[in-house]
Order: sequence, then structure tokens, then C-alpha cells
Amino acid sequence: MRVLIPTPLRQYADKQASLDVSGGSVAEALGELTSRYPELRKQLFSDDGRLRKFVNVYVNDEDIRYLQNESTQVKPGDTLSIIPSVAGGCSELKEIA
Amino acid sequence: MALTISKAEWTSLRQHGEETFPHECCGVLVGVFGADGSKTVHSAVRCQNQRTDSPHNRYFIDPRELVRIQREVSEKAQDIVGFYHSHPQHPARWSKTDLEEAHWPGCSYVITSVMDGVAAITNSFELTEHGDCKSFRDEELNVL
Repeated sequence: MRVLIPTPLRQYADKQASLDVSGGSVAEALGELTSRYPELRKQLFSDDGRLRKFVNVYVNDEDIRYLQNESTQVKPGDTLSIIPSVAGGCSELKEIA
Repeated sequence: MALTISKAEWTSLRQHGEETFPHECCGVLVGVFGADGSKTVHSAVRCQNQRTDSPHNRYFIDPRELVRIQREVSEKAQDIVGFYHSHPQHPARWSKTDLEEAHWPGCSYVITSVMDGVAAITNSFELTEHGDCKSFRDEELNVL
């Protein structure tokens, strides 16, 4: 299964944009990924071991939150996308010096 | 670092902010990174602002759109190099919310101030991260 690594996390994955992992579930795939690149673990997971809130994980076009989260089954040929969220807005503006 | 963008794409993202005024617009900057970390934008991809509850001062890009764009650019040897959004009736400066919600260090966050429906100033900021501390720093924006 191919994992797409977003731009900001590539520095923790030997600068690779994508790589292949095995595993029958999202948890196993992410486990292999973070055992291969331990620095990724802190980026993806909080201290309690849960995926960080701003980290989205998709199997093909489906958000794993709407499947079985990390227990979601995967198969060869699937694409796992890791996508940090993108949001913001103009309220509470930084004071301009 | 610096962000380089064509006049056409620069104009397009500014027009996007005018079209969605008084709501915030948002989009993804697709291009390439230079060896020194500088970025060149090949296209500014328009996205829908999903914050329908407060679109005048918040934006949110559907992760599904980001997944689609990331998959497409990976097949073209390109990258997501940044994002853009507008600040209706506010300066082109990053806000506390912008920083709290920014999670792509090394990427550019381009902000256009739209005043009374007309795009005014456009600035770019690069998100930097040192340990658990992140910040925005002013970034040179080259329009060619």
C-alpha cells in the first residue's frame, strides 16, 4: 500500500513524498511507518497515543473517522493519505507594530 | 525564503477574494520547492470555504480536496507549497487564529486584504517550527 507523505512531514521520512508499507489495517500501516521513521510518531500522535486532531488520514477517498478509524482494513493497491488540516481566519488579528 | 508566483496566478487568487467578499476565500498553491527552500507556484487551486457558520472571518479547506490535490500533484512531480486566503475588511496580516490553525511548516500562507470588495495588499508568510514552537515569518513575494 502506498502512503502519501505531506510536504511538512517529509523531513521526518527521509524526504520521501510517498513510500510503500504493508499491514492489513491503518494502525498496522502507520505502525510500520513510524517504526521505520520514529520521528514521525510525535508528529502524528499525541502523548496519549491518539492521532492528533489536525491530522487527517484517508484511505483512498474516505476519512478513516467515518470508517473504523485506525482499525479500518486496508489492502494492497489502496492509497493512504496523511493530510494536516488547513484553516484560519481574520479574527483576533495580530497587533501590527 | 521567497515565494515566486506568476502575475496570472497572483491576479487569480486576488480575484477569488473579491468574488467571495464579504466572505473569506481559500485555496492551495501548487508548485515546486527550490533546493534552498524557496517556492515557485505553478497554479493557485481554488477551494470552497467550508466554514459556512462564519465565512466572513474563518476558512477551512475540506481535507478531501487536499487529499485529491496531493494525489494529483504527486503524479506530476509537484508539491503543495502553500495556501492562500482572504481577509475581508482586515489587513493582510496573519491572525492568532491563522497561526493556531497552521500545520504545514515550510509552506507559504498568502493573505490578501479585501477592502469594500476590492483586493488591496497581498502578503506571504512562511510557517516555521522549532520544537513545539511555531511562528510565521514575513516572506518575500515575487510576482513575475
